[in-house]
Amino acid sequence: MTAIADGIRVIGIGNGDRGDDGIGPLIAERLRASAPSDVSVLIRRGDALALIDDWRGADSAILVDAAAPMTAPGVIHRIDLIADVVPSELSLASTHAFGISQAVGLAYTLGLLPRHLILYAVEGASFAPGAAVTPEVAGAAGPAARRILDEIESLRRIEVEVEADA
Amino acid sequence: MATRTIRVDMIARVEGEGALDLHIREGKVTRAELRIFEPPRLFEALLRGRDFREAPDITARICGICPVAYQMSAVHAMEQAMGVEVGGPIRDLRRLLYCGEWIESHALHIVMLHAPDFLGFPDAIAMARQHGDAVRGGLLLKKAGNGLMRLLGGREIHPINVKVGGFYRVPDRAEFASVEEELKRARHFAVQLLRWVAGFTFPAFERDYEFVALRHASAYPFNEGRIVSNRGIDIAAADYAIVFEERHVAHSTALQAVIKGRGSYLVGPLARYNLNFDRLPPDIQALAREAGLGPVCRNPFQSIVVRAVEVIYACDEALRLIAAYEPPAAPAIAVEPRAAIGHACTEAPRGILYHRYEITADGSIREARIVPPTSQNQKSIEEDLRVVATRDIALPDEELRDRCEQAIRNYDPCISCSAHFLKLGVHRR
Repeated sequence: MTAIADGIRVIGIGNGDRGDDGIGPLIAERLRASAPSDVSVLIRRGDALALIDDWRGADSAILVDAAAPMTAPGVIHRIDLIADVVPSELSLASTHAFGISQAVGLAYTLGLLPRHLILYAVEGASFAPGAAVTPEVAGAAGPAARRILDEIESLRRIEVEVEADA
Repeated sequence: MATRTIRVDMIARVEGEGALDLHIREGKVTRAELRIFEPPRLFEALLRGRDFREAPDITARICGICPVAYQMSAVHAMEQAMGVEVGGPIRDLRRLLYCGEWIESHALHIVMLHAPDFLGFPDAIAMARQHGDAVRGGLLLKKAGNGLMRLLGGREIHPINVKVGGFYRVPDRAEFASVEEELKRARHFAVQLLRWVAGFTFPAFERDYEFVALRHASAYPFNEGRIVSNRGIDIAAADYAIVFEERHVAHSTALQAVIKGRGSYLVGPLARYNLNFDRLPPDIQALAREAGLGPVCRNPFQSIVVRAVEVIYACDEALRLIAAYEPPAAPAIAVEPRAAIGHACTEAPRGILYHRYEITADGSIREARIVPPTSQNQKSIEEDLRVVATRDIALPDEELRDRCEQAIRNYDPCISCSAHFLKLGVHRR
């Protein structure tokens, strides 16, 4: 076990009662069962500002959320929220005042970002109240979970290299 | 003919989707409208036919910022209908849960939504570069409020632990330990927050409002009390419809509430404070005075200061309730249905929230009526806008628009909450 071992946090974001909005928690549940035991997995329902507390203390955080339809249901997007230019369009489509991009911006300003912050967003098809995740979007849960497990391994390697250099 | 039209298609830093239309003709404001264009969600209709015990969970979904208020008004109305009175530790836990919501909601509004207006920043992120401590403190307060809501409500958004008659589960004393520590830290910051906002510059603006709030025999109001005003209203919640009425207006999907025969009124922190200053503990009264407030404040721009006073009160009240807490013998008392009508009014962070339910003998809801604080403040907001725009008419359009938006945010309007998903527009090469 390395120093990074308990420093990776996966946060599934979404509402399981709103159709494909539940894909983030669904993937997080899978990872709870399959990720290394030292990776903490949280499920959150959408208070973006609270994410700043959720990733506090973690060296790396991976957010998993649903995305509005754009190309095809179930398409998985990966955005490095620290290294990439965060698109200004990346915001909650809800009417709440704060979305992920604002939480990242605020955490950056306050010096509260983890070293690595990666977003996996899965395009949804339907966000109907009371509905389950649609089959085509649920089908992306397995591939997304595998990519996130690879990401976790990659983050561990980076950390080991950083420690070796130090 | 010189005509100016100032339009804000989507008002920022408010909860919900609304717009502002300001029409000026030959130097006079001819129309000031707060347009609420969110589609109606028909909660009152979908409650019909549901069991009376479902009301707190269904109505909590109306708002992600103030779900506790909806739950509290629902359970009190149902208990009133069924002839049940809940007291002792369960009453205290309800007050405690409400403290969590006030702290969380007020901290969010003060620091993240409203303060940037006074300091000339476009948003809280830009403000954080120069006022990092204030923003960090706001997040700490919000976290403390969330912690209370998570412990008592099961989760911070749309709590699931409230039921007619009490709670599904109540915590034991030990479970309060970490929340209590967090609240003590938050209380310390709340005082700093009050001093910070008290130093803002406020536009000289006062109107002769009719303030409406609950008033309790001894406590600053959360769940209980009579509906009172500074112009003589003093009624039980059951008489709400005798004094108040809701009207349709063409430019809004929200109904506008008025006092029959009189017109607009104001609910929320300013009204609560003005009608209940004597119910605040002396040390908090002293802090309010130190912050430049008297027992009555008629400047809506200073509502940010009043909110900060209420945050301190909610922290203190929460700590008092936790210190005195002894778990009840049972988490809830049994409530059996009967054919009846129940009413309740509680103090949401933004003002009084009225519920009325007609229940059949088998416990089904026949009729439901819900009057949220923002529909009660809507007319008052428009009247403020008219006065603000008239007074500041010489300002360039952009500044006038900013000032009007600030005037709207004085009320912390909670237009609604809806689905959560990402709007993602990434163009990949």
